[in-house]
Amino acid sequence: MSNLVSVRDLRVSFRLGKTRVVEAVKGVSFDVPENGTVALVGESGSGKSVSAMSIVRLLPENAIVGEASRVEFGGRNLLAEPVDVLRAIRGKDISVVFQEPMTSLNPVFTVGDQIAEVLQLHLGLSRKQTADRVLELMNEVGIPHAKERVNAYPHELSGGQQQRVMIAIAIACEPKLLIADEPTTALDVTVQRQILDLIAKLQAKHRMSVLFISHDLGVVGEIADRVVVMRDGQVRESGDVATIFAAPQDAYTKALLACRPRLDVKPKRLPVIDDFMKPAGANGLPIVVTEQRVARATEETPLIEAIGLRKEYRLKTGLFARKTVEAVKEASFRIARGRTLGVVGESGSGKTTVGMLLMRLIDATAGQVMYDGRDLLSLTAAEMMAYRRKIQIIFQNPYASLNPRFTVGQILTEPMKIHGIGASDDDRFSQAVASIKRVGLPVDAIHKYPHEFSGGQRQRIAIARILSMKPEILICDESVSALDVSVQATVLNLLLDLQDEFGMTYVFISHDLAVVKYMADDMLVMSKGEIVERGLSEAIYENPQHDYTKKLLGSIPRGYQAAA
Amino acid sequence: MSADLTAVSAAAVPMPERSPGVWKAAWRRLKNDRVGMVSLVIVLAFLLLIIAAALRLVAADWQKEVGVPNAPPTFMGPRVEAVTNDPLSAMVAKDAKPVDLSDIDPLAPKYKEWEERAAKIQISDPPKADTLPFGGDRLGRDVLAKAIKGAEISIFVGMFAAVVATLIGTLLGALGGYIGGKVGDFLEWVYNVFTSIPDILLIFAFAAVFGRGITTVVLILGLVGWTGMYRQVRAEYIKHRSREYVRAAEAIGVSHFQRMFVHILPNVSHVVLVRMSLLVVGFIKAEVILSFLGLGVPVDQVSWGTMLSEAQAELVLGHWWQLAAATLFMATFVTAFALFTDALRDALDPKLR
Repeated sequence: MSNLVSVRDLRVSFRLGKTRVVEAVKGVSFDVPENGTVALVGESGSGKSVSAMSIVRLLPENAIVGEASRVEFGGRNLLAEPVDVLRAIRGKDISVVFQEPMTSLNPVFTVGDQIAEVLQLHLGLSRKQTADRVLELMNEVGIPHAKERVNAYPHELSGGQQQRVMIAIAIACEPKLLIADEPTTALDVTVQRQILDLIAKLQAKHRMSVLFISHDLGVVGEIADRVVVMRDGQVRESGDVATIFAAPQDAYTKALLACRPRLDVKPKRLPVIDDFMKPAGANGLPIVVTEQRVARATEETPLIEAIGLRKEYRLKTGLFARKTVEAVKEASFRIARGRTLGVVGESGSGKTTVGMLLMRLIDATAGQVMYDGRDLLSLTAAEMMAYRRKIQIIFQNPYASLNPRFTVGQILTEPMKIHGIGASDDDRFSQAVASIKRVGLPVDAIHKYPHEFSGGQRQRIAIARILSMKPEILICDESVSALDVSVQATVLNLLLDLQDEFGMTYVFISHDLAVVKYMADDMLVMSKGEIVERGLSEAIYENPQHDYTKKLLGSIPRGYQAAA
Repeated sequence: MSADLTAVSAAAVPMPERSPGVWKAAWRRLKNDRVGMVSLVIVLAFLLLIIAAALRLVAADWQKEVGVPNAPPTFMGPRVEAVTNDPLSAMVAKDAKPVDLSDIDPLAPKYKEWEERAAKIQISDPPKADTLPFGGDRLGRDVLAKAIKGAEISIFVGMFAAVVATLIGTLLGALGGYIGGKVGDFLEWVYNVFTSIPDILLIFAFAAVFGRGITTVVLILGLVGWTGMYRQVRAEYIKHRSREYVRAAEAIGVSHFQRMFVHILPNVSHVVLVRMSLLVVGFIKAEVILSFLGLGVPVDQVSWGTMLSEAQAELVLGHWWQLAAATLFMATFVTAFALFTDALRDALDPKLR
């Protein structure tokens, strides 16, 4: 098997400001064989996307490519070719599928036009030929009722269908290489499964090569023949998918494989990157916690109980016409003290709305939330203040949930001031310092601004903010979904520690079934605003009853083992 | 937890070093912007100048008639009197012989007495300069001093009117954007009414009601100019209202008022600031128009606008310097201010993520 593309000693740096230059890719070499799938794996900032985009030179203006770097394709060095040559190659011989199908398609053109554009550009087909080929392509990527969908605009299609259109555009000219940059990250797990199957099918059918970029080893294990693991702009390890998964050599690869929660075991705490990179155990081996976490005992009386929660949105569709959209149709559940309730579902299932309703961030249309013998939803705003601190939330996006104009100190002391915690400003400040230490951040963080921290650190700040209020119930709304796998593990460990320490009750909302499996004692499965299945999480994962749950569980990428 | 927390006394905590705040970071970025820094220096120089003018350190005697009427600028040299060249005046001078009217003049006997009385009164007519540094106006007042004094009024009016407009626009925008619903609808209605009337008509209406004066000009411009600010702040508030950090603030029990002005306002402050400095530029120009139309500052004061309106008549006679001085000052300040605004926007609106 000869190599289609060879990347040799690729170095890319970015010019920031007048003098600052940041090296993003530091001498990366890898090959993409003909008719094979290579996966670039790494966390954010590892340089995987930059490496891949360098092949077609789709880099930002301020990028500097090293002089000795080479990208060989068809006997030419693409890095040295003029732009005209590259333009002829892009979309024809090498095409790209991006992460966000919603933003990669132009909203003012029909999908048919957008597929046709690339055909006319590179193949010079006639109108009739183009129209036929567009239909053929749409059928090939599995868009139902292709004939009618040709004239649809991107917003009329679902996310999965949009990504299919992107793939149709990419394969339209039968490229030799398809670069897929996190093509399934923005999609729901069941849709991800379909897209992965589609890419694998097309790869085999057209005998093309695929360069697949992902942060998710589970996905990579299913689709790739070869895996290149990257970190900090360098290749840590590359090899056959079997070797990488069965016998990883590099400590970082081992860590990546280990720190993702698994469906079959439930250790007391998740291994983190540092366990592997700086082993503390004997003989330089990492200490792996093998002790299993045991489910907590159930209490009879629930701490909080939701009865018949409903949320409707009324949309104006005409002058007098109103359409009612039900975000949550009927949600009743109870949570016992100290336990974790996992809420899973795909986007649009209403799982986030349920969390917001519980703490009255959204007003419910109907229903009750019983806590401490009172219905929280019927309290006045003043009465609610006393309960506000008891129920807290950690949001998904740590980049958005901290006020960028506040210092960490201000962020941490604000809730204390509001709820009258602490005797004086000094006292509150020292409490804030203690919280910062508790979540494992250095003390000097207190005077910094949120933008100076990484995603995982910001999520720790968000956790530190709620600690001083000593909430009884903590709603984690996709709290770790935006984080890298290794960071995810450390935050999950922190959440578990805090739960043990303060006896908090968690409502853990996530689309990530493996994470919920690891965290939750009880579970709700939601679909289209309804709870379709509930019960002990172990029981649901072992023996799902509802069809939707079965489909959901069946879609989880299982890594290399499952594919073998 | 409480035991753990209280154990850490404030004294035991090493005071961590403060990291550069948003403003410091903005200043750092601004310092690297050469155009921004040059325009900042010019703007500061103007501000110093108007402070000095307000304290009567410079241009205090702008009303003094120090030169001959319409004295030309020094670099042009004194006006060569047309006495010798002009054939008409030469002719008048030659032929005019004094006619003795004392026989028929009933007042003739009193002349002597009057002359004696007049001699007793000291009239000191100071010598008038033939040229002035940048010329003089029709009364012989120094144009340069006028332009400096005019800067004081014009910039003062521009800045204060901008502050008034910003306060109104930001407050209404924040309310409309954050609360929305009925309140938002009502404010939109007010906004629509205000924008549906041509600005100049509105200005005339206000001017007719309020009478003349600097405060009036400030009020008029402020009351007319808030609409753009309102619109933009409202849009920002609608955007930020549902941001997660505001949601997070709500979750910990922060009141509406605090969410509006403690949480959101600092995050939209760059929009407000930039809009405000654009308003300053616009209002300086508006004041010029108002004064030009005679609705601006009172006659006993001077602004760039009154200078321009005087220049209209002078220009016909070829006395261009008053126009040049006012234009030069205004153009320099407005350009520098606009460029500074641009640089400020870049410095304040960084991609922090």
